[in-house]
Amino acid sequence: MSDAAYPAAAGARSRSAAPRGRLLDGPAGLAPTRRLSGKRIMIYGGLLIFSAYYLLPLWVMVMTSLKGMPEIRMGNIFAPPVEITFEPWVKAWSEACTGLNCDGLSRGFWNSVAIVIPATILSIAVAAVNGYALVNWRFKGSEVFFTILIFGAFIPYQVMIYPIVIILREIGLMGSVWGLVLVHVVFGMPIITLLFRNYFSSLPPELFKAARVDGAGFWGIFLRVLVPMSLPIFTVAVILQVTGIWNDFLFGVIYTRPESYPMTVQLNNIVNSVQGVREYNVNMAATLLTGLVPLTIYFLSGKLFVRGIAAGAVKG
Amino acid sequence: MAQALRAETRSELDGISVSIRDLSLSYGAVEVLGDLNLDVNDGEFLVLLGASGCGKSTLLNCIAGLQPATEGQIFISGKNVTWAEPSERGIGMVFQSYALYPQMTVEGNLSFGLKNAQVPKGEIARRIARAASTLQLEPLLKRKPAALSGGQRQRVAIGRALVRDVDVFLFDEPLSNLDAKLRAELRVELKRLHQSLGNTMIYVTHDQIEAMTLADRIAIMRGGKIQQLATPDDIYRRPANLYVAGFIGSPPMNLLPGRLDGSTFRGPLVADVTGYDFTTRPRGGDIVLGIRPEHVRTGEAAAALPIQAQALVEVVEPMGADTLVWTRLGDTPFRVRLDGEDRVRAGQMLSIGFDPASLSLFDAATETRI
Repeated sequence: MSDAAYPAAAGARSRSAAPRGRLLDGPAGLAPTRRLSGKRIMIYGGLLIFSAYYLLPLWVMVMTSLKGMPEIRMGNIFAPPVEITFEPWVKAWSEACTGLNCDGLSRGFWNSVAIVIPATILSIAVAAVNGYALVNWRFKGSEVFFTILIFGAFIPYQVMIYPIVIILREIGLMGSVWGLVLVHVVFGMPIITLLFRNYFSSLPPELFKAARVDGAGFWGIFLRVLVPMSLPIFTVAVILQVTGIWNDFLFGVIYTRPESYPMTVQLNNIVNSVQGVREYNVNMAATLLTGLVPLTIYFLSGKLFVRGIAAGAVKG
Repeated sequence: MAQALRAETRSELDGISVSIRDLSLSYGAVEVLGDLNLDVNDGEFLVLLGASGCGKSTLLNCIAGLQPATEGQIFISGKNVTWAEPSERGIGMVFQSYALYPQMTVEGNLSFGLKNAQVPKGEIARRIARAASTLQLEPLLKRKPAALSGGQRQRVAIGRALVRDVDVFLFDEPLSNLDAKLRAELRVELKRLHQSLGNTMIYVTHDQIEAMTLADRIAIMRGGKIQQLATPDDIYRRPANLYVAGFIGSPPMNLLPGRLDGSTFRGPLVADVTGYDFTTRPRGGDIVLGIRPEHVRTGEAAAALPIQAQALVEVVEPMGADTLVWTRLGDTPFRVRLDGEDRVRAGQMLSIGFDPASLSLFDAATETRI
């Protein structure tokens, strides 16, 4: 009875209940995917070869650092140690000689920490405020100011080395850790400012306007609205600065004295010390110890780093 | 002397909430706003309407103090705020992109401005409670903006303006990011809010439906100048110039070029316009005759009207409630809007007619209404 009263509904029902025998010959449904095509073998094979190429030196270093000197002299640099020893690591950290003193890398490590922490914090703090002001508080000549700042990133270091020596000497910071901190803050400024400027200009300008209507001032908007939403770019800046300053050798060797040498300079002095036998295992351990800090940072924050780089790079 | 001056400006600004005087804004040689004058009455809902790039949002930003003007003055609630900070102007603003602070809860968003103004804690709680109940935000207070839908976000943004307890609300295309259904709902909600609060509201939009339904008065802008400032009804029935006539109405007004001899229009059709309400004494010469598609009658109803013609039906677009018919008068395309019940076929001749009183006539040279 209802079928007669609602012919349309009846038609719909009979269509959906029709037997599923309407397929003709030929492809139907989901297209098949081939697991191992020649193209894929090429791609994965290539990736494997390149990874091995890049990982091999690391492998050699780790293996050598775990061997004793007699075993190293036998050759076979790729072979794993027959007898594992951590003595080279201990020696590299606390006993290796750098010519004048014999307290290993530990002194350089703590010097580097004392340089990296204030230099990172200071340079990021200044550059973040720079970027914020350049985007949201345009002043007369702000574009010129920014151009000059960016231009600074392209001046070769060699040109500035000696003038900076004079400046540091005049202000009494030559040879101290703080002088090196100042140099790193100045040299980090252009690129980190650019990073923050690009990130802040990618945020909706209405957010800034709304905060102004809400009565927040220069610092209120920066600290309470913008900084809390800028974690990715702060992460990028921290990684760039920590690794950059940690890996720096040139400024370290020029602007500090032996007792305040950063870890990289200390490492060089250990590896290149001329007296006695070359202790390859200690050298390898020392190099690995020095590289451990940037390596750890990349591993811990890789994901955030990629996200932040993408966020900061989109808008110019 | 200063006292006297203040008394004088006050009396001149009586009953006026926002007064814009000789306002100009230019970036170098580019003039964005030119010599703009606008008085918004207390409690009025004023809509700034125009195509993109007409300066309407810029004008709103000037009123808010987010964009310094090059010349002129702005008064809000009788005070000269031309040089004042946005937060000192007694305004609340709602943005198209909501502009909620993403790291704060809804409650944090609502209280941010009040904390900056050092309002006491009890007062903040009281105002948030009131705004939350007006906008039905109570269940959302502890959430972050990311956990809200578009409509909820915009209600929070309105709430942020509401808690500030200000005289003037500024809206910058607040509904443009919402889907059609939500837009219609929130539009009614806004109108209800205005009726219950009685604040002055200045509302920027490019959507003529929003403008017509919400506004007490509409200011139509083009090239940084106000083309017409009038009630929605006036703008619809008596557009001041060709631009306004073409901008308002969907489908737009039919515009037929021709000549006026005495009281006879000669163009794609010949019509005696006696009965048209001229704003100026009519001079002969080139004019444009405007008639809205919905004011054209057909069939028997047309036979009783003073102006009649035959039109060839080319395309019929049925839209349910009404039907849009594209016809041709001589060589000129001519749109007619019919009731959905009328049946018309492409290719047939349609007898049309209209009343001179429903016409709009424009001078072809100056493009203004005559």
